[in-house]
Amino acid sequence: MQENDLIYMDYSATTPTDERVIEAMLPFWRDGWGNPSSSHKYGQTAKMGLETARRSVAQLLGANPAEIVFTGSGSEADNLALRGAMLKARDTGRGNHLIISPIEHEAINHTAHQLADKMGFELTVLPVDQYGLVSSSDLQSAIRPETVLVSIMAANNEIGTQQPIFELGAVCHEHNVLFHTDAVQAAQYIDWDLANAPIDMLSLAPHKFYGPKGVGILYVRNDTPLISTMTGGGQENGQRAGTVNVPFAVGAAKAFELVMQDLETNNNKLQALRDSLISRLLQLFPADQVMLTGHPTQRMPHHASFAFKNIPGGDLVMHLDLLGIAASSGSACSSGNPIPSPVLQAIGLDDHWNAGGLRISLGKHSSISDIDRLIEQLPNALESLKQFSSVVYG
Amino acid sequence: MSSEIKQTPNQTKKKRAVVAMSGGVDSSVAAALMVEQGYDVIGLMMRLWSEDGKEMLNRCCTPEQMDDARHIAGSLGIPFYVVDVKDYFRDTIVDFYLDQHRLGRTPNPCIECNREIRFNWLYERAMALNADYLVTGHYAQVQRSADGQSFELHAGVDNNKDQSYVLHMLDQEHLAHVKFPVGGISKPEVRELAKKFGLPVASKGDSMDLCFLSGEDYRDFLTRHVPEINQPGPILNAAGDLLGQHNGLPNYTIGQRKGLGVTSPDPLFVLRKSAPDNALILGTRSDVVTHELQVRNVSWVAGHPPQQDQPFTTGVKIRYKARPVTAQVLVQSDSAGSATLQFEDPVFGATPGQGAVFYDGTNCLGGGIISDF
Repeated sequence: MQENDLIYMDYSATTPTDERVIEAMLPFWRDGWGNPSSSHKYGQTAKMGLETARRSVAQLLGANPAEIVFTGSGSEADNLALRGAMLKARDTGRGNHLIISPIEHEAINHTAHQLADKMGFELTVLPVDQYGLVSSSDLQSAIRPETVLVSIMAANNEIGTQQPIFELGAVCHEHNVLFHTDAVQAAQYIDWDLANAPIDMLSLAPHKFYGPKGVGILYVRNDTPLISTMTGGGQENGQRAGTVNVPFAVGAAKAFELVMQDLETNNNKLQALRDSLISRLLQLFPADQVMLTGHPTQRMPHHASFAFKNIPGGDLVMHLDLLGIAASSGSACSSGNPIPSPVLQAIGLDDHWNAGGLRISLGKHSSISDIDRLIEQLPNALESLKQFSSVVYG
Repeated sequence: MSSEIKQTPNQTKKKRAVVAMSGGVDSSVAAALMVEQGYDVIGLMMRLWSEDGKEMLNRCCTPEQMDDARHIAGSLGIPFYVVDVKDYFRDTIVDFYLDQHRLGRTPNPCIECNREIRFNWLYERAMALNADYLVTGHYAQVQRSADGQSFELHAGVDNNKDQSYVLHMLDQEHLAHVKFPVGGISKPEVRELAKKFGLPVASKGDSMDLCFLSGEDYRDFLTRHVPEINQPGPILNAAGDLLGQHNGLPNYTIGQRKGLGVTSPDPLFVLRKSAPDNALILGTRSDVVTHELQVRNVSWVAGHPPQQDQPFTTGVKIRYKARPVTAQVLVQSDSAGSATLQFEDPVFGATPGQGAVFYDGTNCLGGGIISDF
C-alpha cells in the first residue's frame, strides 16, 4: 500500500504540519537560534521571534501577551494549571478542593487524582449525562467554600461533545472559584475573547491545528495565583522554567493564526462533511448494532464518534488501517490491552458497547471521497470481525 | 467477503502473510524472510496474559518485548498491531492448566496454546484479515506428500529445536495456510540471519518457561492460583499402605525417585498422582514402566490415521524431548478420539496430560494426550 492510498481520518490525534508553519519556523532554526534570554543581538533576534509569537497568540485569544505561557505540550499546560493553582492555594491557605468531570483527558484526570491520592487534596468528580455534558446545577452544588479550581474540558477528544464552558465558568466566578478549561481539542473551532470570558486558564496544543508537536500554550489570566511546577531560570514570567523553543513557539503562533483566519468557513465545511458521514454511517447498520456517541449537535464540527455493539474498537481500527483508512478507537489500545473506555462508561454504556468506539475526525484535507471510501469499506471490516467472532467464540 | 487491494497495472497481487511476532529472534527472522520473499507481511503480537503488578515479569508480552517487536516490524517496514487475547487465553489455557493440575495431571499448555490460540484464534484472526498464510517462528516444516496431493508436517531440521511435538494437532486446512520459515534452518543459522537482517535480537537467549509464569516457579504459580492443590497428603504404595507424607502433588513428577523421603528395600518411584484423595502413589521400577498407554484427543495431520480398524506400527514420542520409540497403535472409533498404544519395549515415566505424538521418521503423523492410568 502506497502512502497516497491512505486516508487520514484521525485529525483529533494530530494534524499534518502546515507548509506555511514550517516556513515560518525555518528562520529560527537557521538564523534566529539564539537564546531568547540572552542580552546580545543573537538573543534579541530570538526574543523578537518569541515575543511576536506571544503577541499573536494573545491577540487571537483576546488576551494580553503576559498571559501567554509556552510549555512543552498541551499535557504540560494542563499539569501546570492544576498543580500550579492547587499548590499555590495550599501555600496561601486559600483551600484544598478541586473539581473535574469524569471524561477529562488523562492529562487532567491523572494529575487531579495524583493531587488527591498523593498530595492530600480533595477531589470531586462531577457526573455527566448520556452525551457527556456537565450541568451547571451539579457544578453549583459541588462547589464548597474551600473549592479552589474547577477544570472542565472545552470538548471531549473521544466523543466530541462540547461543554457549556462559558456557563460553567460563570458559575465558578459567582463563587470566586478559578476555572480552567482544557481546549486542546476545541481551540480552533471557537472564536475566543478571553478578556471577557469567565475563564482563568486555558490549555492549547498547536499540533492539533497544523502546528508543531512539542509545544503547548497555557493562557493564565493576570493575577491568577499560580506557582511554577517547572522550576529553574524563571523563563515565561517565572511560570515555566527552561529555554523556550523559539521555532516551536513561532510555529504555534503561525498555525493558530492560519486556523483562526478562516474559522467560520472551516467550521462550516467540516460540519457539512461530518453530518454527511454521520447520517450515511448510521444508515449502514441497524440501530441495535451502532450508535452515535456524544452529543448529536453540541459537538466539534470535525468529530464523529460511534460505538458498535460487541466489537472491540481496537480491532476495527486495525482492519480499517489495513484497508487504507486511519481512524481511532478513541481509547488507549495501541498496547493491545483494552480496558473499557472510561468515557463510554461515564456516559452510561454497558459492557456490550464500551469496548472502544470508532472515532472519525476530519480536517482540512478531508473530502467527500474520503467519506465515500469509509462508507464503502466499513461494512467489510465489520463483516470480517463478526465472522471471526462467530468462528472462534461460537 | 470482498476486499480491495489497490494494484498498479504491472503488479500482481502479493500474497498476504500474517506473522505472529513475539519480539524474539525466531519470529523476527520469520518475518524478515517473508518480507524478503516478497509477501505482503503484517506483524501481529498477541497480548496473552498479564497479572496486575507482574506485567514486567511475564515471559510473554512484556512492554519491552512489545517494543522490540514493534521496532523490528518498523525496521522491516511492515504494519504491526498488538491484539488482545487475554480473556480467551485465560479461559482456554490458564484455566485448563490449573484444572488439569487439580486432576493430578501434568498438562502441556504449549500443545493447548497451539491448538486453541495460535492455530485457532490467531489463525482465524489472520484469515479475517484476508491473509493467505499465518506464519510463526516454529521449528517445523510443511512439505508436500510424495504424491503431491496433501501436506505433511515434518520435524524442524535442527534436531535440538524441533517443535513438531507441540504442533501435532495441525490438519490439512492449517498446513495449506501456514508457513514456518525457520523450520528448514538451524538455530545458529537463524541467529546469523538475524545479524544479516540487522535485527537487534541476535544475542537474545531462548525463552524456556511457560509464558504466563511471571518469572516464578510453576509450583508458586499453582499455589497462588489454586492453594488447595498444593497441600500435603499421604504417600501410599500401590496396595494402599501409608509410606509417608508428601508436600503437594504438583511438586512431584511421574517416575521421580529421589527426594521422596521414603525408605524402602527396593527403590521406589512416583507411579501416579491420585487427586481425589490427594495421594502420591509409589511403585517399584517394574510398576513404573508400561507396555501400554491409552491416549485421547487424537488427531491426524492427514485427516485420518494410516489404518483405521487394525493396529499399525509407528514411532511415538511421549515427551517433548523424548526420542521416538516403536509402538503399535490401535485407533478406536469413539468420540473422545482414543487410541491404544502398545510399546515394543516398555516406556518409563509416561505422564498423564503430556502428548503422545506419532512419527514416521521426520514425518509427524499426528498425536494425542496421554490418559490417566
